[in-house]
Parts: sequence; structure tokens; C-alpha cells
Amino acid sequence: MEIQRLVKMANDISRFFEAEPDHDEAVKGVLGHISRFWDPRMRREIAEHAAAGGSGLTDLAREAVSRLPPVTEARTA
Amino acid sequence: MGIRYIDLGTPVRTSEREVTLEIDGTQVTVPEGTSIMRAAAEAGFSIPKLCATDSLEPFGSCRLCLVEIEGRKGFPASCTTPVAEGLVVRTQSSALAKIRRNVMELYISDHPLDCLTCSANGNCELQDMAGVVGLREVRYGYEGANHLDSPKDTSNPYFTFDPSKCIVCSRCVRACEETQGTFALTIDGRGFGSVVSAGQNEDFMDSECVSCGACVQACPTATLMEKSVIEKGQAERSVVTTCAYCGVGCSFRAEMQGTEVVRMVPNKDGHANHGHSCVKGRFAIGYATHKDRITQPMIRASIHDPWKQVTWDEAIAHAASEFRRIQAEHGRGAVGGITSSRCTNEETYLVQKLVRAAFGNNNVDTCARVCHSPTGYGLKTTLGESAGTQAFDSVEKSDVIMVIGANPTDGHPVFGSRMKRRLREGAKLIVIDPRTIDLVRSPHVSASYHLKLRPGTNVAVVNALAHVVMTEGLWNESFVEARCDGHAFAKWRDFIVDPQNSPEALESETGVPAEQIRGAARLFATGGNAAIYYGLGVTEHSQGSTMVMGIANLAMATGNIGREGVGVNPLRGQNNVQGSCDMGSFPHELPGYRHVSDQITRQLFEGEWSVRLEPEPGLRIPNMLDAALDGSFRGIYIEGEDIAQSDPDTQHVTAALEAMECVVVQDIFLNETAKYAHVFLPGATFLEKNGTFTNAERRISPVRKVMPPLCGKEDWEVTQMLSNALGYPMNYSHPSEIMDEIARLTPTFAGVSYDKLERLGSLQWPCNAEAPEGTPTMHVHEFVRGKGNFVVTRYVPTEERTSRKYPLILTTGRILSQYNVGAQTRRTPNVVWHDEDRLEIHPSDAEVRGVRDGDWVGVRSRAGETVLRAVITERVQPGVVYTTFHFPESGANVITTDNSDWATNCPEYKVTAVQVEPVTQPSEWQKRFRSFSDEQLALLARQESQEA
Ligand code: SF4
Ligand code: SF4
Ligand code: SF4
Ligand code: FES
Repeated sequence: MEIQRLVKMANDISRFFEAEPDHDEAVKGVLGHISRFWDPRMRREIAEHAAAGGSGLTDLAREAVSRLPPVTEARTA
Repeated sequence: MGIRYIDLGTPVRTSEREVTLEIDGTQVTVPEGTSIMRAAAEAGFSIPKLCATDSLEPFGSCRLCLVEIEGRKGFPASCTTPVAEGLVVRTQSSALAKIRRNVMELYISDHPLDCLTCSANGNCELQDMAGVVGLREVRYGYEGANHLDSPKDTSNPYFTFDPSKCIVCSRCVRACEETQGTFALTIDGRGFGSVVSAGQNEDFMDSECVSCGACVQACPTATLMEKSVIEKGQAERSVVTTCAYCGVGCSFRAEMQGTEVVRMVPNKDGHANHGHSCVKGRFAIGYATHKDRITQPMIRASIHDPWKQVTWDEAIAHAASEFRRIQAEHGRGAVGGITSSRCTNEETYLVQKLVRAAFGNNNVDTCARVCHSPTGYGLKTTLGESAGTQAFDSVEKSDVIMVIGANPTDGHPVFGSRMKRRLREGAKLIVIDPRTIDLVRSPHVSASYHLKLRPGTNVAVVNALAHVVMTEGLWNESFVEARCDGHAFAKWRDFIVDPQNSPEALESETGVPAEQIRGAARLFATGGNAAIYYGLGVTEHSQGSTMVMGIANLAMATGNIGREGVGVNPLRGQNNVQGSCDMGSFPHELPGYRHVSDQITRQLFEGEWSVRLEPEPGLRIPNMLDAALDGSFRGIYIEGEDIAQSDPDTQHVTAALEAMECVVVQDIFLNETAKYAHVFLPGATFLEKNGTFTNAERRISPVRKVMPPLCGKEDWEVTQMLSNALGYPMNYSHPSEIMDEIARLTPTFAGVSYDKLERLGSLQWPCNAEAPEGTPTMHVHEFVRGKGNFVVTRYVPTEERTSRKYPLILTTGRILSQYNVGAQTRRTPNVVWHDEDRLEIHPSDAEVRGVRDGDWVGVRSRAGETVLRAVITERVQPGVVYTTFHFPESGANVITTDNSDWATNCPEYKVTAVQVEPVTQPSEWQKRFRSFSDEQLALLARQESQEA
């Protein structure tokens, strides 16, 4: 998918959780949200993007996305 | 069922005290405050009457209902005289009979005696009463002064007003005031000269009348009469069913002759509407038999080919083989489905079952994505259940009503009338809306506060309200302590009391004077029972979910949850938004809002469905479209939804549809999306099928088939055929069996069945062992999630900002006479009220641009451009323009952007930065739209002519 659309979605999510005073909670919030609501192909693409530097992602989004558990091919095929 | 309704004469009264009296020798016990007329009717004695009806307060003008009361002088009117302990009442005597005959004689002497040819013949209270009182002669003759030549007003498309038949009982006037709250009718003149008139002696069309039909319903004669009855005659039977338009979910009696609907009459026993209706449900059903209905399945290889009419079997086999081919070539996740809030619960349930069980993925979504998905997310997170907390009746106990981003008199008219009635009784009103909606000032209703905020600043306003509540010590400490999570509350309190959330700090952002916010917050927190009603002006923002949680925070902090008169109430747009969400049509949730990753739930469904279910969330509609453009999503089954018109950034949507290999659309018309389809499966209207809808108050109401489907199949049967062709067997013989399955699998529906619906009329979920007759008010003793969860709702301005290039903010909405994408209402006479979408613009913004009222203007955003006609009005504030989206050629969604709610991707329809300037021709998009549309209609016509 067009990566900039995924980046925008991840950033929007991170802006909500940025209000959380406890940083760890904030990271968990973003991570949990993406895990619960994103289809595996979207998670895989954003994780790859983060691994490649994650340009355009907010700091919080990048940190959360880089902690996403790997998505196996078998699940989407 | 017959077509006659038993009218008890005056409205029901509730009282703890009961009164016993004697009527015609029988002891009768009724609640204090009941009229003698109603007490008699309930005991089986009917007293003649003309000006009384049980939907209206008694008026006492006709003098037909007189009775004798032992020990009292004269003949009191039974409709206006309340019962009293020990009264002895006689409803029949020779003296009474004489008076009644004299009264009737006077009425009849000024009434045309064309009963046999009158449209009300057989269903006329005047005729009935003449019979009841035994009128045999009329001594006054017709040569004296009379009204027999008064001209008929036929200006309304649905009903006529024939003053020659009017008995000036004023039931119509009172219905317009009490039931509808529009005050369009008056009695002009006095005595014999008095006549009913709409507005200042205008005809109905030019008056304030909104064509709700309440006056027609109340009229005892043929004076106000449906044109359909004049044309077709009286009905012979009626079937109770549920309106398929908005989320109020009004109950109607479809009055029938054979398989033809004569008229729709609002059901007095309807729990959502109590006998009221609006112009859409009451009159706008002509689309059901419109010539544009497509009733034969069709297929084609490319969207530029003509359609080919095929049998059901061919169409279904073709669709199934295409889906299977795509999955074989591009993976199991390369196809998906979309359900619609216009479909029944059983239909949406079946579509999501087909996607999960037959397609084997979770790529299913519903149009609630673009309207109330933030409600689901926000209320589940804070309160624990994705639904409104109250019944509509609850508004009768509210002292303060806060309406945010909703326009109930247009969007939810029957509930809007209820709300106005409560406001006339003295409840206070706070409106939070960028636009001056009708509710702000209407007859005998005036908002205490209208917070006219800048579009996109909802969260700032709700935070400021909560800030005032907390810093001024107006919060409900005992409620919060007993009912809410202390840790979450402490965190939220630290956040909300921060001076950056004060009304003063946010004033420049929201545009709302701080003093007004302070006043509104104080009223809300201290004015008694305070209820919040909200609509799409809350959800359709980049912070839609945040705002829903902000609303829940405010309600919890002030203790306004868990009893009648209070609560958080999303006004759902379409008829079955609540139901389609309940039925598991979101990609991450199984029915009953249970996440697909939850193994216990999955196992329950796997057991019942005999299939393994995918534990990962699927694609949402916007994700499906993005995935279509990158080639990983290529086939879609769309039931009853028109994403090419209703979803944002139209050009993106149509490009995605064009990129797909198999688009299957099941609908009643060749809608905008179907113009991009390869398979068209004809759908059935709500009149042609059985099922249930769930309205905004969680009320499940029956939809009953009153005529056979034009295409031969109900929609659930079509989904079932497709599933079978895909190799996943479904064998339901009636939608009741689908509901039984839902009840087996969904704890909140465990007690729901068609038998119980038949018995009780309707049911509000949760309905289970603890609440076998349903649950009107939620979270009474504790929240569904246990403790109420306060959530920190920081205001994050939308990225959609005005600039020199795009200096105005466009916001969108709807109007009374049209519904959603308009596919239905545009095909009815409702177009007399609204035949095109227009752009509202403030006089000062119009003036600097040289725009005059009625001019064509180009509306350009970062996403696209369209052309609309301008209306200059002070309803909108300077800097804000507004339009509706009922006509596809308006292209309102060509200009809306791809910004969306952070949590749910609900599009930000309500905020788009635009420029407006006068133009002389349609936009480039409109020209392309027109030519593509023409091509598609020609391709359809070619198929039709082959058939002929
Ligand atoms: S129009 Fe009908 S309801 Fe109204 S005053 Fe005349 S008879 Fe009564
Ligand atoms: S149709 Fe409704 S709004 Fe119009 S006059 Fe009758 S009651 Fe009033
Ligand atoms: S208020 Fe809604 S449900 Fe009721 S009649 Fe009107 S459109 Fe139908
Ligand atoms: S019905 Fe009582 S006065 Fe008309």
C-alpha cells in the first residue's frame, strides 16, 4: 500500500497517545492499537518501513512500530 | 390485521394513585388524572366524540362527548373532565342523545353529503358519529351560508386539504403543535367564520409545514387526506413494520390492498415513535416501485461492456468462480465484502459470516465506518459497550439537553419532535454546532447556549466544559468514587484541570467566548438530569473517537449516566447503523463486539460454523481501497452500499473500484458504485422481506414482508446462494433461523427471538436471562466494563487548516426531505423540497467574492473541485460554508479529503479547507462524471433493449 498513507495513520494514532504521561504506556498504546486494528499486510509494510529508517514517522510511532511482532506470510496468504 | 385503530379519546396518564368510579353501572379503576372518556373507553363504553383523540390533549370544543354525573349540574364534557373517586357517570340517556343529535345536525348541515364518493368513506369519524347518535334528518338545509365551495389545496405532493369538509375540530392544529412542534396551522376567524389555515393564509407548500403527516393522521374527516388514498381507496388490511430510513426506527402500519401499499400510517403502539412520523417514512416510499428498479441479475466482463441479463444461477456461479480465481491467484486476503446499515440484522450477519467463513478472511466492513465507528470505539473504551445508554423515552425526564453536532429536526425528525416537546415543557437546551440549526430557535424553543464553535474544535470545547466542571467543584464526587476507575480518573483530572484546557486559553482556537462555555458547563453540571445527544458532527472528524470519549468523560464526571433523563446518546444516521455494528460487520470484531483475536469467542463461532476462523483483523473500507490500488485486493461483494457516492475522496474510490477484477453489487438501483460493477445482483426493499432493524436506542424491531420481492429473492437468500456456490453451505429457510443463531452466539442477544418480538413488539438489547424483556437504560448499577474509564482527551488540531489558497472551511450535513445518498428519496416527490445540493455561504464571504444568491460557484479543495449553486445565509458563520450530499452529481465527496479519525479511519467529512469562486460551467470532475454516467446508463439501456 502507499506507505505515506500508512505513515499518516500511524502518526495520527501516536498523536493521541502522546498525551499519556507515562512513556511506556504511550508506546504500548500505539502498539496495541495497531495490533488490534491493522490487517497483517499493513503491519508488515509499516514495520518494514520503520526498519528502513521510518521516514515521516513521529518518534513515538517509530518506536511503537519497531516493536511490532513479525507478521508471517502464511497468515495473509 | 384490520385498518381501524381503537382510539381511547385522550392520552394515557400515569400516576401512583388509582381512582375508582362507576360508569354505566360498572366499577372502573384507572390512574388519577385519566379523563372520564378514557376510563369509559378502557372499560368498553365508547362515548361519541369528534374533537378528542388519544394522541392529543383534550380540547373540549365539539360538545359531543357530554355525560351526566350524579350530583353535578349540567352535562360536562367527558374528554376534559378527569375521573374522581366515587363518581357515578352515565354515558347514555335520552337527554344526552338529544343534545348529541343536535350537535351532529349542525355539523352535517355544513358538510357536503357526498359520503358514497368520499375518499374517507368507511373510515370517517364524522360519518361514524352521525350513525352512533342516530342522526336521521338535517333541518337547517344547505341553502344557508356554508363552506361547501371553498377551494381545495393540493399543493403538498402527498396530501390534500379540502376545507369544505372541515368541521374545525382543531385536531390538526393541535397535532402540528403538540406532536410535531412546528406550529404551521392556525384557526383563523371566529364562530361560523373560523377556518383552518396553513401559515398566513398560504397554501401548505408555502407554509412552515414539513409534511410530517401528523395533521392528516389526526383529522377525523376527509379534509386532510393522503392523495394515495384518494387515488386508490381505503386499504383492506395492514401489516406492522419498521421504517427503513433513519435511526429513529419508527414503527408503521403498512396499509395494503392486495400487494400494493395504499399508505404508511405511524403505529401508535410503536415504542420508538408512539404514533408520530416524518415525511420520509410516512410518504416517501414511491422508490420501491420506481421504474429504475433493476430486477434481473446481470454480468459483464469489463465495466465498459454492456450488461448481459442472466439467471440467478449464472450470476451467482460467475461471481463465486471469480472470487475463487482471484483468491487462487492473489491469496485468500485478496477479496472482501461490505455490508450496509440499510440492510437488516440478519442480512449483515450473513454477509460477515460469508466473508469470515466462505472467503476465509476478515475483510468485512460496513458503512458505519464512515459515520459512527468512533462511537463504537469511544463508548466501548470508556463505558464498556458500543451503544447509546438510553431509550428515546428518557428525554421526557431530562432537565438539560445538550445537542452536539447533530440536527435532530432534520436528521432524526420524530425524535427531534419529542425533544422539542420536552423543551417546551421547560427543559434547558445547549447546542454545540458551527451552524445555527433549527433547534436553536424554533416556536416556543430557544437554546440557553449556542456554542458556535469553529469546525474541528469539538475536543477543545468538551475539554473546556469539563475543565470548568472540575475546577469550579461542580463534579459528582460520590458517583465518580463509587462507579469509576480511580486511577484513570486521577490521571484525567490532572490533565483536565491544566490551565491549557480552560475556556479562556482555548477561546482563540474554538471561537467560543469563554463566558459562554463557563455558563453552559455550570448549567450542564447543576441543572438536574443532563443528557447528551450527538451526531456525525462529533464522529466525522480526525478526533472523532477522542470527542466521543470526551463526551463520556463529561457525563461520568457529572454523574449523568445510569438512570432515565441522562446519558450519552449517539443519534445514528441510517436505520440499522446500530444493528450492522452489533452484527460483527467490522473487520476486527465478531458479532457482539468481540475481537477476532479472542480465542474463546472464535472457538464458539468455529464450533457453530464448522470452519476455522482467521485470528487477525481484516481490512477496513479505506484500507481495501488502498490495497486495491496496490494490487493486493481485487474482488469485493457490496451489499446495499454506495461507496462511490458516500465515501470521501471520490476520485480515489472510483480509481480503486476500476482497479478491481470483480466488483459484485447487490442493490435495488444501479447506484454509483454499480456503475463500476461486473456483477449486479438485484436487491429487495424493506417492504419485500422479513428481518429486523436495530435503532439508535438499541431497539430491535421487526421488518415484515408486505409484498413479494420484485426480483424474486430476499437479500439474505442471495447471500446464502453465493455462500453455497463458494462451497460453504448455508441452509436457512427463514430469517428467524438466522436470528436464532445470532442469539445462540451473542450474549447480549441471547433472549431475542421472532416469537418474543411478535409478542412484545420490539426489544432493546441487552436481552438475556438477566433482562428477558430487554434493557431500556444501560449501566444502571455498574458500567458494562465494571468501572467507568476516564480517558485523557488531548486536543490535537486537524491537519486540514485554512490557508491563503483555501481560506474557508467546508462542513457537510443533511436535510429533512432527503436521505443519505438520496438513491431512495430522489426517486420520490420529496424532490419538491430539495432538488439539488447547494452551498450555504455567509453574506460577507459571498460579497468579497462577488457571489450572488443562486450563482454557480466552484468549490475547490486539496482533493478536487466541484460546482454548486450558492445560497447566501447567516445560518453559517463567516469563514464556514456548508453543503448536503444527497445528489451524486454535486460531488460533495470529490472535495472531501482522506483525513480520518485516528482510531477508526472514519473520514473527516466535517472539515475541508476550500476556496469558493463564481464560475460559469461544471467542474472537470463533473464533466467526467456526467460522461461516465451517460455511458453506463447507455450500457444498461442496451441490455434492456436486447431483452425487449
Ligand atoms: S382539517 Fe380536519 S382536523 Fe383540522 S379542523 Fe378540519 S376536520 Fe378538524
Ligand atoms: S404535515 Fe405536519 S408540519 Fe405540516 S401542517 Fe401537518 S402537522 Fe404541521
Ligand atoms: S423519523 Fe426516521 S424512522 Fe421515523 S419516519 Fe422519519 S425517517 Fe422513518
Ligand atoms: S370530544 Fe369532548 S368536546 Fe369534543
